[in-house]
Amino acid sequence: MTGGKARREWAVTLPSFAWLVALFVIPSLIVLAIAFRPATPSGGIGAGWTLETLRSLGNPNYPAILWRTVWLAVATTAVCLALGVPTSYALARAPKRWRNLLLLLVIVPFWTSFLVRIFAWRTLLHPEGPLKRALVAVGLAAPDSQLLYNSGAILLVLVYTELPFAILPLYAAAEKFDFRLIEAARDLGASSWRAFRSVFLPGIGRGIVTATLVTLIPALGSYVVPDLVGGPSSEMIGNKIAQRTFTDRNLPHAAALSALLALAVLAPTLIALAANRRKESP
Amino acid sequence: MAEFLEFDSVSKHFGSVRAVDGVTLAIRRGEFFSLLGPSGCGKTTLLRMLAGFERPDTGRVLLDGRDITDLPPNKRQVNTIFQNYALFPHLTVRDNIAFGLRIAGRTGKEIDSEVDKMLALIQMEDQGTKKPDQISGGQKQRVAIARALINRPQVLLLDEPLAALDLKLRQRMLIELDLIHDEVGITFLYVTHDQGEAMSLSDRIAVMNRGKVEQLGTPTEIYEAPRSSFVAAFIGDTNFFEGTVAEAVDAEHSRLRIDGFPDVLVFNDKQLRTGDLVYLSVRPEKIGISREPPADNRLRNAVHAHVDEAVYLGSHTRFWVRVQDYRISVTQQHNRYLLDEKPIRWDEDVYIHWHADDGFLLERYSESDENLMTIPGIDGAPAERTR
Repeated sequence: MTGGKARREWAVTLPSFAWLVALFVIPSLIVLAIAFRPATPSGGIGAGWTLETLRSLGNPNYPAILWRTVWLAVATTAVCLALGVPTSYALARAPKRWRNLLLLLVIVPFWTSFLVRIFAWRTLLHPEGPLKRALVAVGLAAPDSQLLYNSGAILLVLVYTELPFAILPLYAAAEKFDFRLIEAARDLGASSWRAFRSVFLPGIGRGIVTATLVTLIPALGSYVVPDLVGGPSSEMIGNKIAQRTFTDRNLPHAAALSALLALAVLAPTLIALAANRRKESP
Repeated sequence: MAEFLEFDSVSKHFGSVRAVDGVTLAIRRGEFFSLLGPSGCGKTTLLRMLAGFERPDTGRVLLDGRDITDLPPNKRQVNTIFQNYALFPHLTVRDNIAFGLRIAGRTGKEIDSEVDKMLALIQMEDQGTKKPDQISGGQKQRVAIARALINRPQVLLLDEPLAALDLKLRQRMLIELDLIHDEVGITFLYVTHDQGEAMSLSDRIAVMNRGKVEQLGTPTEIYEAPRSSFVAAFIGDTNFFEGTVAEAVDAEHSRLRIDGFPDVLVFNDKQLRTGDLVYLSVRPEKIGISREPPADNRLRNAVHAHVDEAVYLGSHTRFWVRVQDYRISVTQQHNRYLLDEKPIRWDEDVYIHWHADDGFLLERYSESDENLMTIPGIDGAPAERTR
């Protein structure tokens, strides 16, 4: 590479790089640093350094919350993929003039505020709400059962919020997929399911990795959804961070939990990156 | 021998387009059979019906006596070489070839030995671990062939398999395809718009136009005795003259009246009668060209002409000569050392001549008139009238 070209590339990269360092890397490091500071009773950050906060993470409550957070996020991702992959397949195979309209329908929910949509779910799932009554009427739910304020409600609403984000990268990959490969597989004796599994899924591998990341990471850090449709026994780590920040006024504790969450996000990202790199090099 | 593969009056519509219109065809076991025609003539649809990707609206497809019309693609013992090869990009060459056997649930050992045999057949023993995007076009083509043949299909379908290759490679793959056909001995159904490919490979050819089979025959039959003006113009080059049958001169020959042209004699095998409207078709290489009129011969037509263009092409020279308002294509083979002769040049007055038996008559009706106008992609258009 010539020096001029390298310099030009730097010039192009620098603004976004500076942006990321100033507004993402440095604040993250500050949060990490605060986790090692003592808390003051007035809700501030004390002087000096301490490992006290980290030690308090050993409280048996936290592993349970972390575990719930991880499984809810993983389940959300799994359901989103299970729904998103067939959807992307159908979208990519739809006649061209229909595709944009269908894609628009995927995006339409974003025109309504996120909070409004979640409150709509609260109404739907409410013990006196239409869904509950309908289910009881057809005998699918007991009158005293609870649709709201539990992990199931969180999972449902998380899937609802994340699904469009999963569909878009899956569709982008499926749209580039050469569907003649499916015919080739069928021609070689594969059933339609086998062709889908052995040819289509590997063909949109990149899209699957991206969709996994864009659903898993926000789901891990979700706060509003469990806060509004979850109950006291279905807290996620985001709720705990908010509670420590706003209610308990213990910023070092909130910072420690945030760092834990960041690690939980970083791990799958690094794994996915490594997987993608392996796919690239033969 | 009973028919091995049969299309029994199959038709297929796409919207208002009749892609395939009542085609009945019988293909023999072990035959190299070509479907030849311009794009949109229905040849690919016919192939896809056999592969199982399209279902005919009416009619049946029979393979080895069994009705396979409604079988899905994976239940048919036919395999396809796709135009773009359709190799699986995420699999190695080996795994691509092994795909069919894996689906069939064969053991690893069997698969390995079969794949090795196929890699040997296509001479790519040392390329097995490469991915499709690391091999050349010709190699992809060969992998596609191996991937299909490993399943021992009853029929191998080839959908314009050479279209994506450059000329040199195409010529080599033609020979390889021929060798492979001889070696495996299965039936090949070859779809192409390239008459050269079809002529050089096929045992028999079905020339298709607008969803119908225009003519079925050996390459020689189709070239020498085309049954319609479409076939005559699509296969090779030819000169067309519009004429009217005049009186018969003997049992087999008639005199033909052509507007602005001296009368010519023509072999009248179709028993056309005086007054019938016809096209006379004469292939460029059947026409001789000379400065002197040819020695008197009762059945040889000689016409005075003017050389418009002469293009020397090494093995032969291509002339465009003018007779009245006809521009006529004439090819002269150089069998002798040309520098010893005095070649005919541009702007000379010459005689063109052909034997009455070398021209053939085609009935003239409005549809073939239309057909003549819509022949795509022939090198050197047929003789055209320049008014």
